[in-house]
Amino acid sequence: MSVEMPEVLTRLTEQFGEAVQVVPTVDQPTVTVPVEQLGAVADYVKNTLGYVMFNDVLAADWFPSRPRFELVYQVYHPELNQRMRFKCYVSEDQHVPSMVGLWAGANWPEREAFDLFGIVFDGHPNLTRIYLPDDWEGHPLRKDYPTGGNRID
Amino acid sequence: MASQNFEDIVETPTTDETMVINLGPQHPSTHGVLRVRLVLDGERVVQAEPVIGYLHTGFEKTAETLTYQQCNTITDRLDYLAPMTNNLAYVLAVEKMLDIEVPKRAQYIRVLFSELTRLASHLVWLGTHVMDLGAMSLFFYCMREREIILDLIEAASGVRMNPSYFRVGGLAYDLPDGFHQKVQDFTKDFPRWLKMYRNLVDGNPLINERLQGISMMDRETCYQYGVTGPNLRATGLALDLRKVDPYCHYDEFDFDVPTRTECDAYARFWVRFEEMYESLKIVEQVMEKISPRGEYATQDRKVALPPREEIYGNMEALIHQFKLVTAGFPVPAGEVYQAVEGPRGEMGFYLISDGGPKPYRWRARTPSYYNLQTLPIICQGGLVADVITAIGSIDIMLGDVDK
Repeated sequence: MSVEMPEVLTRLTEQFGEAVQVVPTVDQPTVTVPVEQLGAVADYVKNTLGYVMFNDVLAADWFPSRPRFELVYQVYHPELNQRMRFKCYVSEDQHVPSMVGLWAGANWPEREAFDLFGIVFDGHPNLTRIYLPDDWEGHPLRKDYPTGGNRID
Repeated sequence: MASQNFEDIVETPTTDETMVINLGPQHPSTHGVLRVRLVLDGERVVQAEPVIGYLHTGFEKTAETLTYQQCNTITDRLDYLAPMTNNLAYVLAVEKMLDIEVPKRAQYIRVLFSELTRLASHLVWLGTHVMDLGAMSLFFYCMREREIILDLIEAASGVRMNPSYFRVGGLAYDLPDGFHQKVQDFTKDFPRWLKMYRNLVDGNPLINERLQGISMMDRETCYQYGVTGPNLRATGLALDLRKVDPYCHYDEFDFDVPTRTECDAYARFWVRFEEMYESLKIVEQVMEKISPRGEYATQDRKVALPPREEIYGNMEALIHQFKLVTAGFPVPAGEVYQAVEGPRGEMGFYLISDGGPKPYRWRARTPSYYNLQTLPIICQGGLVADVITAIGSIDIMLGDVDK
């Protein structure tokens, strides 16, 4: 969108080449990465680029398009006061590497994504439902999950 | 038991048995419906695991069925002690997507109410936190002062608790008559009350002994867990979004960011306490900039409702009113993240729009959720009584945690 690309984006594209795709946004630098590269990109973003502060992990459901889920990771650079996000698209049966090893705070948001979307994170220490009861069926934030209420026929 | 000294009772070295205790979810000191599963070795905490979800209401799912303007009412109910800052984060996010200009006066009034809610929220925190430690009377004083702030909010918005006063494009209504005088009465009285609170807690052995060196949270932990707000500033880092990433013309106001370096519950206590003085400073400054009458919402009729007088005489205005109320306004496709400094930390909204009048994905980044994750770390190895201190000192709000 802007003419000048932020430094973080040039460094990411130099490091990972074609795998990293820049997304035009209005607020902060954003890239899309394939799920195979996710761990490497996250490690580079944190340990080399200095985005040490974890901010958020969230998911979105793009049903019925494929791949179905979008995972968004938001991180923050406390010294430069810069935010960035990287995202990846995963299909329903694909597993995602957990970020708990890098940012311990990813624990609950990843459990939330598992609970409400049904995304499975590999290497997560305790991947159980966080909001809903353990015996709940379905994942409410999926677009094909009904909003509920009583049917009036 | 009477012959044993305190150390013997606290440390039970005889067995390696541990006991599992449930603290909450219905417990007055958990500030709502938090359940903490404690594994205890005698009086020592081996593990403290927060179990949440008792207040989960599915706000994010509900929001996907509402128009952008209607979603505003949901944000009130996230952190119900600081509804205005939630409103602010949300309306700023939508305004960023729409790319509309909001009148300066409306932005100043937003600043005013953000700071008033911050004061109200910190007053509840101060009262309940000190009450958890065993001092009862301060709670009543704090609630009394909070009621004055809620009266101000009620005067402007019509309700005490869930105002939805900020709307996309500006404010819901203009300020009422005599509002300036009410705020001035408040700002004149409040320093006196703050001084009294200070006299009650400063140097108080109860505060010092129950808070100093308890529930340590260092800066690395804050980075790891995304802890923001006063909890982060108690580690010595002056990270305040009002300063580093100003929104709503916060850069025009003169205020400091209080920090402490001890990283313990005591530091967090005084960071919040000092913040009340800074909020009061901003309230005083902003009142000089607001005129009693003036623009309070954008003139963009595609977003803001037309004034009442126009609707009765103008066909166009009637159509706009009807369309905005029934169908809402479309928001350009894309995604945006907007964060503001709430009383508990970074309150942010991540919105995805598909170009329609309803959000495709509505994500609230609520600070308490991330702050509460550190509870197992700051409680480990401490005493059971300090778990209560820890919960109070990270200042959680369960509506914020459970969404």
